[in-house]
Amino acid sequence: MTDPLLTRLLGPAGPELSCEMCFDRLDEYVDAELAGRDADAAIAGMAAHLDGCPGCREDHESLRALVASGGPS
Amino acid sequence: MPDESQAWLARLGATGAERELAIAELHGLLLRAARHELHRRSLPAAEVDDLAVQAADDALVAVLTKLPTFRGASRFTTWVYKFALLEAGVKARRRAWHGREIMLGDEAWPAFADPGPSAHETAAAGELLRAIRIAVEHELTDHQREVFVALALHEVPIDVLAERRGTTRGALYKTLHDARRRLRAALADHDLGAAS
Repeated sequence: MTDPLLTRLLGPAGPELSCEMCFDRLDEYVDAELAGRDADAAIAGMAAHLDGCPGCREDHESLRALVASGGPS
Repeated sequence: MPDESQAWLARLGATGAERELAIAELHGLLLRAARHELHRRSLPAAEVDDLAVQAADDALVAVLTKLPTFRGASRFTTWVYKFALLEAGVKARRRAWHGREIMLGDEAWPAFADPGPSAHETAAAGELLRAIRIAVEHELTDHQREVFVALALHEVPIDVLAERRGTTRGALYKTLHDARRRLRAALADHDLGAAS
């Protein structure tokens, strides 16, 4: 079962980064994603952490959207 | 490293008026990024400017402190944006929760969005949820239970809980991570494989 509630309660099953490591490499991860490179392979444990941590997931979505838009006007 | 990133580093590493001008431009960039994020979060216009300035000020301090660690793994602008967005996001979440009580009780357990198409799967989903609830009650320490209930059950923003408890996002997430690991182990002991 992959219900969103189960993910919310139990988090990712595999190894994941800490919040500090996630923040340290978030810019690298986003640039790799937007360049079409395999960001998940380059930074192991990042995708799992973003699944499990809503705060870091929000930060990731915000940064990705801002950079993809070409930056703030 | 891209030319643009090298130029930023050179100007911020200079002295005198060149450095001051670079810092002023950097603050402007951080301010626009913070304002963009606060607008995206639909904050009232009257509050955006003040919060954006606070976020840009805090982000500028963080960027200048961390500048020696920038190695060019991303573009410089991507690197600095993350500081502005973090500060703006934290301030927006704290503002949204200002004055709201944080529920630490576990009285409001939600239901699965899609318990399954058959009666058997619906029953299995219910059994799994009950098992998680029992494990939360019996397998976690008091601290783990409070953090788990606030973050995972009631979806309190982690920055808000960190501020109320005088701790950090990282420390709280470590507690949540340890709690989840205990819950998964308890479920595995009961052969509830859906948790793995």
